[in-house]
Amino acid sequence: MWNDLFLVPFLSGLCLALLLPVLGCFLRLRDEWLAALAYAHVAAAGALLALVAGLAPMLGGIGAAALVGAGKRFFPKRLAGGAAFVLLLLAGWATAVLLTANQPLAERLGNALFDGQLYFSDSSNFYLLLLWSLFALPVLFHLSSQLLLARIYPDYFHARHLPVWPVLSGFDLLAALSLALATTTLGVMSSFALVFVPPWIVFSRARTWRSGIFLAALIGLLGYSAAFALALGFDQPFGPVLALLLVMVGLVIA
Amino acid sequence: MSEILIQAEKLVAGWQQPATAPLDLCLAAGQIIGLTGPNGVGKTTLLSALAGRAKCFSGHLQRRPALRIALQNQELPPVDGLPLSGRELLALTAASSSGLPAWLHHHLDQRLDRLSGGQRHYLSLWAILQSPADMVLLDEPTNNLDAPGIAHLVIALRQRAAGGAGIILVSHDASFVSDACDTVQRLRGIDDVE
Repeated sequence: MWNDLFLVPFLSGLCLALLLPVLGCFLRLRDEWLAALAYAHVAAAGALLALVAGLAPMLGGIGAAALVGAGKRFFPKRLAGGAAFVLLLLAGWATAVLLTANQPLAERLGNALFDGQLYFSDSSNFYLLLLWSLFALPVLFHLSSQLLLARIYPDYFHARHLPVWPVLSGFDLLAALSLALATTTLGVMSSFALVFVPPWIVFSRARTWRSGIFLAALIGLLGYSAAFALALGFDQPFGPVLALLLVMVGLVIA
Repeated sequence: MSEILIQAEKLVAGWQQPATAPLDLCLAAGQIIGLTGPNGVGKTTLLSALAGRAKCFSGHLQRRPALRIALQNQELPPVDGLPLSGRELLALTAASSSGLPAWLHHHLDQRLDRLSGGQRHYLSLWAILQSPADMVLLDEPTNNLDAPGIAHLVIALRQRAAGGAGIILVSHDASFVSDACDTVQRLRGIDDVE
């Protein structure tokens, strides 16, 4: 397992196994866990569109997700309450599947994105993920109290004449970019499993916000490492193994 | 003379349309004003207008420049299913736990959603009341509180005002308002004026 062929993909995924559960805690705090699935599908569609257009898939994935994340605050009010995320999810999924079915060039990448094949990750991808994680995690911790305040005391910012939109839009963009990077590395459902399951477990168990964040990251790291070893050992696609393992851990703890 | 924090002259407030009778009010630092009146006269709307949320349709409202406002509304913070302790809640608004009653101090490290309704309400109120602010606006602060809780709140309000904050509170509880406030204004409905 520890030769370069598998070590680089393992380390790439490890960065995401740390970042995604922490991000998931904040998405769950804001009742926006569905956003993770929506951003992942939009990123998948963007990556395939870029491939067909002769561009780098990761660039397309990041671009599409960033566009949606940054533009979220301009969505009409009638799309509030999660409707926007469902529509984005459906549009992203439909675009990706149609491209995979009709463009031979997109078929292999499309299957990898939806099956969750981590082993295509190379060293440039790893360095990008490492740098992004080193940037995103401190930013999340910096925004933590403001995101909690915006949820618990929504009037707090207004009463003090402080603008809340930079915090919320900054978080949306960070979430979209993280999900885009994760989707093009781990696949759609593996990314979603890491965003959803660890926070779901710890929200009902942790005693404090700080310990909840720590536990979610720990569950993500342990679950990811075990799934990587199992998938490699039994020669199985990584994504489904990770998703099943996390679901089982979640059910046992619940 | 104490510094004037906020002054309203014939203020008519509302959300989409005027919903209150004209109000004259002047709050100085260290003062506690109580607003009372029957349901529907617009007490909460006026409080929101003073905080800058609801619209001022006519009259005049002047706030001291750089006035820091803390606003507590009637809804309990949405903390169900959230792993957030009482101590973390106070840290969010930079409120001190010093002065909390013993029946709450012992539960500061528990999750908020594991506290009773009264404990949760008082802690949420405390986080606003003790946050760094020049003017504190409280909407029905005695909701969910028992007699010891209300008695403790009266003392805490007095101490906060003595520390220099101006406080405006809305309440249906006549005895609480008379115990806690320096001045009480009974509001009339918009229809009573016309």
